[in-house]
Amino acid sequence: MNKIKSLADLKKLQSEVQSKIKLRENGDNPENLIQIKVSMATCGIASGAKDTMNYLIEELDQQGIDAIVTQTGCMGYCYAEPTIELTVPGQPPVVYGFVNKTKALEIIEKHIKLNEMVDGIIPVAYSTIDNH
Amino acid sequence: MEMINLTIDHKPVVVRQGTTILKAASSIGIDIPTLCYMKLDDMNIENKPGGCRVCVVEVKGRRNLAPACCTEATEGMEINTHSIRAINARRTVVELILSDHPADCLICAKSGNCDLQNMANHLGIRKIHYQGEQSSYREDTSPAIIREINKCIMCRRCETMCNDVQTVGVLSAVNRGFQAVVAPAFEMNLDHSVCTYCGQCVAVCPTGALTEADETGAVIRALSDPTKTVIVQTAPAVRAALGEEFGMPAGTLVTGKMVAALRRLGFDYVFDTDFAADLTILEEGTELLSRLSAFMEGDPNVKLPILTSCCPAWVKFFEHHFPELKDIPSTARSPQQMFGSIAKTYFADKIGVKRENLVVVSIMPCLAKKYESSRPEFSVNGNPDVDFALSTRELAHLINLGNVDFNSLPNDEFDQPLGESTGAAVIFGTTGGVIEAAVRTAYEVFTGKPLPRVDFEELRGMDGLRKATIDFNGTPINIGIAHGLGNARKLLEDIQAGNSEFHAIEIMSCPGGCIGGGGQPYHHGDAEILKKRQRAIYSEDKNKTIRKSHENPYITKLYEEFLGAPMSEKAHHLLHTKYFDRS
Amino acid sequence: MAEYNMHILVCGGTGCKASQSELIKTNFTDKLNEYGLTDEIQVILTGCFGFCEKGPIVKILPDNTFYTQVTPEDVAEIVDEHLIKGRKVERLLFIDPETKETVGDSKGMDFYKKQIRIALRNCGFINPENIEEYIGRDGYAALGTCLSEKSPEEVIKMIKDSGLRGRGGGGFPTGLKWELTRKSVSNQKYVVCNADEGDPGAFMDRSILEGDPHSVLEAMAICGYCIGADNGLVYIRAEYPLAIERLKIAINQAREYGLLGDDILGTGFNFDVEIRYGAGAFVCGEETALIHSMEGKRGEPTVKPPFPAEKGYNGKPTNVNNVETFANIPVIINKGAEWFASIGTEKSKGTKVFALAGKINNVGLIEVPMGITLREIIYDIGGGIKDGREFKAVQTGGPSGGCLTKSFLDTPIDYDNLVAAGSMMGSGGMIVLDDSDCMVAIAKFYLEFTLDESCGKCTPCRIGNKRLHEILEKITGGNGELEDLNRLRMLSNVIKDTSLCGLGQTSPNPVLSTLDNFYDEYLAHVTTHKCLAGQCKALMHYSIDAERCTGCTLCFRNCPVGAISGEKRSPHYIDQSLCIKCGVCAAKCKFDAVLIA
Repeated sequence: MNKIKSLADLKKLQSEVQSKIKLRENGDNPENLIQIKVSMATCGIASGAKDTMNYLIEELDQQGIDAIVTQTGCMGYCYAEPTIELTVPGQPPVVYGFVNKTKALEIIEKHIKLNEMVDGIIPVAYSTIDNH
Repeated sequence: MEMINLTIDHKPVVVRQGTTILKAASSIGIDIPTLCYMKLDDMNIENKPGGCRVCVVEVKGRRNLAPACCTEATEGMEINTHSIRAINARRTVVELILSDHPADCLICAKSGNCDLQNMANHLGIRKIHYQGEQSSYREDTSPAIIREINKCIMCRRCETMCNDVQTVGVLSAVNRGFQAVVAPAFEMNLDHSVCTYCGQCVAVCPTGALTEADETGAVIRALSDPTKTVIVQTAPAVRAALGEEFGMPAGTLVTGKMVAALRRLGFDYVFDTDFAADLTILEEGTELLSRLSAFMEGDPNVKLPILTSCCPAWVKFFEHHFPELKDIPSTARSPQQMFGSIAKTYFADKIGVKRENLVVVSIMPCLAKKYESSRPEFSVNGNPDVDFALSTRELAHLINLGNVDFNSLPNDEFDQPLGESTGAAVIFGTTGGVIEAAVRTAYEVFTGKPLPRVDFEELRGMDGLRKATIDFNGTPINIGIAHGLGNARKLLEDIQAGNSEFHAIEIMSCPGGCIGGGGQPYHHGDAEILKKRQRAIYSEDKNKTIRKSHENPYITKLYEEFLGAPMSEKAHHLLHTKYFDRS
Repeated sequence: MAEYNMHILVCGGTGCKASQSELIKTNFTDKLNEYGLTDEIQVILTGCFGFCEKGPIVKILPDNTFYTQVTPEDVAEIVDEHLIKGRKVERLLFIDPETKETVGDSKGMDFYKKQIRIALRNCGFINPENIEEYIGRDGYAALGTCLSEKSPEEVIKMIKDSGLRGRGGGGFPTGLKWELTRKSVSNQKYVVCNADEGDPGAFMDRSILEGDPHSVLEAMAICGYCIGADNGLVYIRAEYPLAIERLKIAINQAREYGLLGDDILGTGFNFDVEIRYGAGAFVCGEETALIHSMEGKRGEPTVKPPFPAEKGYNGKPTNVNNVETFANIPVIINKGAEWFASIGTEKSKGTKVFALAGKINNVGLIEVPMGITLREIIYDIGGGIKDGREFKAVQTGGPSGGCLTKSFLDTPIDYDNLVAAGSMMGSGGMIVLDDSDCMVAIAKFYLEFTLDESCGKCTPCRIGNKRLHEILEKITGGNGELEDLNRLRMLSNVIKDTSLCGLGQTSPNPVLSTLDNFYDEYLAHVTTHKCLAGQCKALMHYSIDAERCTGCTLCFRNCPVGAISGEKRSPHYIDQSLCIKCGVCAAKCKFDAVLIA
């Protein structure tokens, strides 16, 4: 490690390393952030949920959107994998099916950024344990 | 210097900034009692841990009471030294100390001289309201000093002397809380430590926690033994202080009364260590001159400066702390040991008494002399050259036991041949005296000319470190003087570093020299007493008809009849010694 | 730079470590290895979460799941269920004692709801052994701002304006202390961090050093800049090995990154920090004693003045602050003095960390805003008294503090109110007592501590406290007299009034405050010779109710000293001269026939 030589250097390093712990910062205030749960059971993984999840994390990060992307278990919509549950602060969660990269990008561009629903919403028929 | 206005007991007083409440009060005649506090004025010795809390006073606006000894007066202070709160606190504090103190005042070695006893009396304490467990420690006995630590009140005066003044570093507080006590490291016994037995801890101890190893009983037994011839030698500093034990003002010379008292006690011969001091000058002076001449001729094997060696605490100090310098001090024994050596050979032969039947008692201002006399190299076949070394205080007890009314005694003279001495020998008792005595003789021997003056004022005084250059007829001789081992350490460190400018150095362990020795009457923190003793010593010197050691006729006779010449083989054998690495 | 989808935070505080939290971490790493998830999920050992009652704590992010009392064996289930399948492991979630429902998110726990974490901001959040995580949390930004953009005077003014007071107990205004040390003229000055936390049951400083050592280092450097010192010393007790270890790592990392050492951030400012070890003497928390101990001398206090600000370490001006005080500094610089001053009460700003202990449900470390009430701490955060017993008092301020009773439950807690109530803030120990605690015995307990920890230098502390303790022993031993209560009070007052340092000046506080608040209990001990709480054995009297005793001989057979006799099926009796009051008979009796009075 090279020595930090100025306040500007320090700030640069700070912005670099901040992302490392952003997850934790965000975890402290989850209700104010966009949350995406990716269904990552066997069926989901087989259908490419892992790629979708990685893509979401990268894309959101690149666009500078603070969001919490977590994995969750099987949502029961095995026919529609990969599925994700999107929660925008102040709104009820929405579940999307068949979320590949294209779909994921569309969800980011429209639902997250413009708050416009996208096709492919699966009607919610259950509540997660968090909502007990 | 900024001045501070304050009131103490409603009296206004103006003092310099930095003055303590204690001093400010004393300047207007208010004597706040103190116990742990001790200050020897002009000697750079001060103990003010603020630990005993006896001197607490009430300061208006302050949350708690303030210790007067270590709280500086500040502008506008309103102090009450005898409010009910202060008096109650002061008495309670003393009661607490008493509650953890053996109540054996009647048989305590310090009875009558005890600061705690005096304080209890001063405050009129008649009941101890808080009784409880008393701390208990084993007694520690050494050849010179007895530690009865049950009586320690944690005033830390001994610690100040041992660490700050003497830099010996044996005594420090150990353990915590109620078990806290002043002791050598790991609570080892004193005789396993690097203690020099200088006795300064004893000199300042307010209670009976530190006292001398009392040998008066053994001396009484010897005196009453008809098979023994008992002779006594008295060190120069004793005569300048003994009177204090009998209520005389400090600085009263009691040489004649002392001799008379010793004779009444039954000593067969009353001699003077001063005689041996003159002898020391001849041996040590000769050694100095021979080393000096060789050094000036460029002999690479000769080291200077030469250091005096009459002080046994100092000898033990360098043996422990500067063993690599053990070739530098003079090899001359101390006057006490020279006396013992000559008494048990020359004098024993003269009176036809066997060594075993001759008992040599010395009266010393010193506790280290007890240790010195017990050093194995000063014995012949297990019979010590000096059998018992009593302190000035022990002599006073002995005189009392002999039912002698000291004050009304006539003046008496020392016996001969070991009782004759010169003024040079007398001044051995004060700092600067040994080297002045040596100069008086060395000058005349070196230059072959009589001294133009006998008094060397430049070598006198009370500063802890002094230096002077004496002109030996064109040869400048640099002389250093240190009293107090902390000061001695500074000179030794210079020698170690090769920075010493001196040809000769006098070192005395005790502040003031032997007049301030650990066996002298207690000074209770009053440095004036030491100065008065010093003046008495110089006045005795002035009144002597012979004031140079080499002019002592009995010394001349001793060399003629017995020793041959200074530094002769016989003199070497009987009057010189060697030193040991005790590090 | 690898980014992780999930973070697993495992508490690495001393308490959780003792419950195998390191093994928990290892198990997580192993299991993730097995599943090939090490690139996606990061496992971090953090500092203390504070909720020690339910440790070891494991927190999973981003969903903020808070697992309690996790064992190494639980790891497999957490990985399989939570990490893989996204199902929280319910049995490890915290159960709300009121609603009896599980709380998945720590934000939903009452324990955390009323806390404001400033000094503990990074504890349980970052990996204390990774300086970059600290930097990512604004770490060293305050130092950078001070060095590059502010004069020392401006920084001192900020600290003064923030109203921050010393968190070590005394409550001296920190900015003022810095200013005094700045004004002392010397070629060499020192910044000292007092990490000699000694109150029984207190561990806030340890937790900060274990969980966020850089915040202290950064603050020390800021202090050095303000007072003109290039040398910092942390005085820490050798019994804190984990804190020492983390501090050493932090110092090395900071040097590596150029945040300690010469020419920090190119500003020409030099500052470095060394560690000095203490041997664990309580009195060395007193700043002059601490300084003597650092100098290699006996750790005992000396009279002030001179204050360390004028004459401290090696005789040079020295600024001594406590760990928690320092931990607040970077936040004050970053967020502003006004922000800090907006928290707390009029004269006590910011927050205070307390170590909650005793008869309380949620034992742990909490940070609360000044001005919070005892009731909120004990009942909301602390979850109330253990076993549903009745609250009696809370002891604050450690052995120097006092006991606060029910009547103080709604008093806002700050420096001045605590002193007015006869206690003190101290370093933040809070020990909750219930109706089974005898207040005389409590006073005796604290005095025992002081007795052991007194340095013995001054008379009132050395002997006075011993005598106080003896009187208390006499009272709890059943031999007390009415006069003893008077003597306790008088002696306590003299000890307070005359002792040399803070230790002695406050040591009688537990006695005085219990005397003031629980005089009835003392009175019962010395008049009717009864211990109302039933704690003082010597005052207990065991006897057998002949009506109820069935003569079953159970007590007779269990009495360890053979003090019970009696025929089978007829009432037994206890020989009082033999009874050692151990209570076995009462515990064994099935008929409640043993009477305790």
